[in-house]
Amino acid sequence: MSYKVCTGLETEKLAMRDVYAATMMDMASQNDKIVSLDCDLMNSVGMVKFAKEFPERTVNCGIMEANMIGVAAGMSAVGMIPYAHTFGCFATRRCLDQIFVSAAFAKANVRIIGSDPGVTAAFNGATHMPFEDIGSLRDIPGVTIIEPTDSVMLEDMIRQVEKKFGVFYIRLSRKNAIKIYEDGSTFEIGKSATIRTGRDVTIIASGICVAESVKAVEILDGQGIDAAILNMFTIKPIDREAIERAARETGAIVTAENHNIINGLGSAVAEVLAETYPVPMERIGVRDHFGEVGSMDYLLDKFGLSACSIAEKAAKAVQRKKSK
Amino acid sequence: MYQKEELKSFAKNIRIEALKAFGGLGFGHVGGAMSAADILGVLYGGIMKIDPQNPDWEGRDYFVMSKGHAGPALYAALALRGYFPMDELKTINTNGTRLPSHCDRNNTPGIDMSTGSLGQGMSTAIGIAHGNKMLGKRNYTYLLLGDGESQEGQVWEGALYAPQHNLDHLIAFIDCNKQQLDGYTKDICDLGDLTQKFLDFGWYTMEVDGHDVEAIADAIESGKKQDEKPIMIILHTQKGKGCDFAEGILYNHHMTFTKEQCDNAIAKLS
Repeated sequence: MSYKVCTGLETEKLAMRDVYAATMMDMASQNDKIVSLDCDLMNSVGMVKFAKEFPERTVNCGIMEANMIGVAAGMSAVGMIPYAHTFGCFATRRCLDQIFVSAAFAKANVRIIGSDPGVTAAFNGATHMPFEDIGSLRDIPGVTIIEPTDSVMLEDMIRQVEKKFGVFYIRLSRKNAIKIYEDGSTFEIGKSATIRTGRDVTIIASGICVAESVKAVEILDGQGIDAAILNMFTIKPIDREAIERAARETGAIVTAENHNIINGLGSAVAEVLAETYPVPMERIGVRDHFGEVGSMDYLLDKFGLSACSIAEKAAKAVQRKKSK
Repeated sequence: MYQKEELKSFAKNIRIEALKAFGGLGFGHVGGAMSAADILGVLYGGIMKIDPQNPDWEGRDYFVMSKGHAGPALYAALALRGYFPMDELKTINTNGTRLPSHCDRNNTPGIDMSTGSLGQGMSTAIGIAHGNKMLGKRNYTYLLLGDGESQEGQVWEGALYAPQHNLDHLIAFIDCNKQQLDGYTKDICDLGDLTQKFLDFGWYTMEVDGHDVEAIADAIESGKKQDEKPIMIILHTQKGKGCDFAEGILYNHHMTFTKEQCDNAIAKLS
């Protein structure tokens, strides 16, 4: 793991999906076992070029998510390395039993790419807006859950899981991310990446909430609160050591996730704190609601995921710590 | 090449050994294990290219028991072929066993895919066949579905997929024993004409007496002669076939029975 955090917050020039597709094409040109599967969303995730370049290793299954996961598991049983994509809502809800039995229980070697996590589904609305995908998969033994933050991390993760064996769920925003890491940064699956250190409170965030947390730190700075940020891009297995260390060093924790507060990042962190070093904790996340259509900014505000909300919760956690 | 009498004998021994294994606990999925004994006898008694001393041999033919509850019949076939000691069959469903009620590829030598949640073997078998095709291999993937299992939507997703990708080295069977856990399929959710359905979906489809080992073997050889379509062979079978306390019984999917019943059934088969 070797990463550098950018100064400032700028939107990346390339969309995450374009980086995903370019990375897949580069890997496929060097490894003839890589196969891309999709359920009629190849155009949406930018993989049409891949299909033209590698038609013999492209499978557009049609609209049949359960079958796609089973096919991917079967392909892996004979040595292929499948990357199976569809929207995150369908990649989990529509084929949870197939992920459980045919992939995880069978110890298959499958990468599931679930795009448009949470509010990034924006104008597709509630049916397409997974706030429950992490929660669905956390209960399945052996499934690794990763939420890349920007295109630098996305490319590193896509390349790393090629060499690993198991069931991986990668939560992929297709849009242009806010750049967090300098080019060439690398990460370790299962280990968090520190965005900044601080004395008063640690914000543990994933996905688009990392950038919101960086903005929240500026707000908190104006209030005299020195906040640390941990990027918990691997939700499972979670970095228990980093969570306990953050609790001991700052005495207050806030989690921030683009997901239901039930059984997501906040739940995972709370479990670790309860078992190791309990400190005042606040959670940012969707409070058990369905999604709705809207712009990203609208939805971030609507569901309380914005920098302002994170800053409020962080200040509250600090206050609780002081009044203990 | 196979000999008819050898296949018949192998299928009979599958029934006997499975019943012996069930007998230790006095319960089990008897009905579906018995109806599948003849297709397993054909496959493991002569048709399949396998190496019991090297279960993971990459050049082997694969078998997916999608109706995973019939695992004990498959375990009997595997033990008879030497994948593990015959004595181990006595451990079926006992604490810490390698032979669980439903197939587990990470637990049992010779099991190619974990199954038990119905419909899923359709897709994993397709994945194995498609993966081998991508790799340029010509080995066969065999798949056994149940007729009740075919009420699962996933079966029909796979039924669309396999012809689309010309998976001509996929040879599937439906153990059409006309029964499911709660009764007769026609009374619960009628499958209709499965042969016509698979023909319509684009499979090379045949139907045979699923207890006639020669007819089954001939159908498989017939299917192998064409190289355009996946093959579906509908096996007309009887749930509980050959086991006198199960055959013809309505609730024979999972049964309890006495040692005497089991011993009598084995004696009649022998």
